[in-house]
Amino acid sequence: MSEAHKYVWEGSVPLQIHLHQSEVTTLPPPPPALVLAPRIGYLPLLMSLLKPHFSSALPPGVDTIWFEYKGLPLKWYIPTGVLFDLLCMEPERPWNLTVHFRGYPSNLLLPCEGEDSVKWSFINSLKEAAYVINGNCKNVMNMSQPDQVELWRSVFSGNLDSYRRVSSKLKLGTFEDEYMENINSVSTKSQQSTEETESAGQVKTGRVPVRLYLWTVSEDFDDFEDAPQIDNWDKVSYINRPVEIHKDDGKYFSLNDAVKSLLPEFFPETSFVNEVDGSINQSTGEEGENTLDPVPSFHPHDNAEIKLVRIQGIEPKLEIPFSWVVNNLMNPEYFLHMCVCLKVSEAKAVQ
Amino acid sequence: MKVLASSSSSSSKLFLSLSPLSAPPTTHHPPGMDIIIPWDGSLSSTDFYLSASAFSHNWKISNPSLPPWLWLPSPKHSFLSSHKVEGYLSLENMCFIKLTEEQESNRNLTSKQESDHDVSLGEEEEEERFDYATLVQSDCHDVNHYDFHIVYSPSYRVPVLYFRAYHSDGQPLSLNEIEKDLPAHSSKLRSESKWTFITDEEHPYLNRPWFKLHPCGTSDWMKLLFHGDPSSSKNGFVTEQYLVSWFSVIGQVVGLKVPLGMLDTVVASHS
Repeated sequence: MSEAHKYVWEGSVPLQIHLHQSEVTTLPPPPPALVLAPRIGYLPLLMSLLKPHFSSALPPGVDTIWFEYKGLPLKWYIPTGVLFDLLCMEPERPWNLTVHFRGYPSNLLLPCEGEDSVKWSFINSLKEAAYVINGNCKNVMNMSQPDQVELWRSVFSGNLDSYRRVSSKLKLGTFEDEYMENINSVSTKSQQSTEETESAGQVKTGRVPVRLYLWTVSEDFDDFEDAPQIDNWDKVSYINRPVEIHKDDGKYFSLNDAVKSLLPEFFPETSFVNEVDGSINQSTGEEGENTLDPVPSFHPHDNAEIKLVRIQGIEPKLEIPFSWVVNNLMNPEYFLHMCVCLKVSEAKAVQ
Repeated sequence: MKVLASSSSSSSKLFLSLSPLSAPPTTHHPPGMDIIIPWDGSLSSTDFYLSASAFSHNWKISNPSLPPWLWLPSPKHSFLSSHKVEGYLSLENMCFIKLTEEQESNRNLTSKQESDHDVSLGEEEEEERFDYATLVQSDCHDVNHYDFHIVYSPSYRVPVLYFRAYHSDGQPLSLNEIEKDLPAHSSKLRSESKWTFITDEEHPYLNRPWFKLHPCGTSDWMKLLFHGDPSSSKNGFVTEQYLVSWFSVIGQVVGLKVPLGMLDTVVASHS
C-alpha cells in the first residue's frame, strides 16, 4: 500500500491532559500529562497511560474515563485525529484536554466499558464498512478469533504491517484507482450484478463508507483563529451515508464531487442522489434566489460554499480523485472520516 | 400496486428497480425455484418512507387502542431538510408492566386470539410482556417506559430499531435492567453476543445515546422471509409489506408484537 497510508498510521496528536479540578484531591495538583495520541486511536485507550499519572490525586470511587475540550464532552468512538481536526480548527499543539475519571455524562455520551467497548465499536464499524463495500459483512463476521484479536491489537498498537496481513483477508480491497476505465466498470457493475455475482461471489457496489462531520458558518473568516468554536455537538451534523461513485462524461470523480453528492441539500444541482423523489427541487440551484419554491420549508443554499475539507489533518485539494483520497486516507475500519465546514449565507441559514 | 404476472423477466426488473444498486447475489436457492430473484432484501430510503407510511397506517387500523407510529421528519438539521424522506418512525411512551397473578386473566383475554400462532411467546410461564390493555393509561406507576424509533440505515439499506427506556421518574434504564423486560429468547441471545446484538449507539438524528438492534443480518433474513412466502414470489415484492414483515420479526425481540390483524390486512390487500 501507499506511503500516505504509513503517514496516516504514524500520525499522532500531542495532547496535554489536565485532570479536572473537581477530581483533584492533592496539593499541589498533579501536573498535566503529555501524551502522543495516535490519530487512528481512540481516547479511552489512553487509560493505561493516564491512570498511573493521576491515580494518586483521585478521590475514592470507580473509574470511568472521559474527556472534554473547553467544556464539550468528547465522543470516544470518534477517532482521536478526527476529533482534533473537527474541534480544533486552528490546530493547537499540544492540544489541551481535560480528563475525568468520575461523573460520566451518560445522558450525552455512549457508555464506555474500557477497551472492550472501543474494540466492539471498531468491529461494528468495520462490519458496516464491509457491508457498504461488498453488500454483506460475512468476511468480518467469519473472521477467526485469532485474526480478530490480531486485527484489533494492530490498531491498538499502530502496527501497520500486522494490520495489512490480517485485513487483507477481509477482501475489502481498495477502490478502483485508475480513474477512468475502472470507474466506468463500476457504473456498469450494478446492471451486471446478476451474472457477475454468481462467479465472483461478491461484488463491488461502487459505494464508499464515509462519515462526514459537517458544520456551517454564516460569516466568512480569514483565519482559523477567528472561526467559531464548536461548543455543542448539536452544531455538528453527522452524516453517515455512503458515497456512490458516479461518472459522467468520462470525467473522474473528485473529492469535490463526493462532498457535494453527500450534501444535496446544499448542492442540489450536483446531486447524484437518484432515489430522492420529486420534492427536491433540482432546478433551484441555477441562479434565481427568488424563484418560487414548491416546498415551503426548503431554501436552496445556492450560496453554500465549501470552506474547508479536512481529512487526517490535511486539507486536500478538492479536485483530486476521490478514489485516491479513500484508498490513502481512510481509517483502519475502512471509513473515510471527513470534516467539512460550509459557509452558508446568513439569510439562508435556516436553523 | 400492480402485481406482476408470472413472467420471470418482468418481475426481476421490478426487483431491480426497487433497489437499483443492490449487489449481493442470491445465495439462497430454494429447491424447485429456478428463478433467481436479484433482490438482496434491502430497501431504498424512498421506499422506506413509503413503507413506513403504509406500516403506520396499518398499525392505526389494526391497533386502535395502541399509541400510533408517527413519522417524524429529521429534527437534527432543519436546514438540511430538503428531503421529504429524511425522518423516522416513532412510537413513544409504551408502558411495560410486570404482570401479577391477578392480571393473568386480562392477559388471557388479550392474547387468546393470538395464542395459536404465537410460538415463541407463551412458552415461559414467567414471561413478561406488554399488556396492551394498560398501555394508554397515563398513570403508569412503577412501570418502565419505552420509546421505539425505526430509522433507516443508508449503510445497510434496511430499517433499524432504536429504543430507550426509562423509569417513571425519568431515570434511564440500563441495558441490564432492560434485559429483564425482554422476552427470554432475547435475553439469551444477548448473553451470547453481548456486543453484536443490542448495542449502545448514538441516535442518528437525536445525537444522544440510545440502544440499537444490530442490522447486519436484516437483509438476509428479509430475503428469506419473502422467498419463503409463496404469494410474494408470485406477486412480486411489495414495498408496503416490507416494514410489517420486518417488524413481525424485530418486534418479537423487544416483546412488541404485530397483531395478526395487521398481517391479514397485508395478505388480503395483495392476494
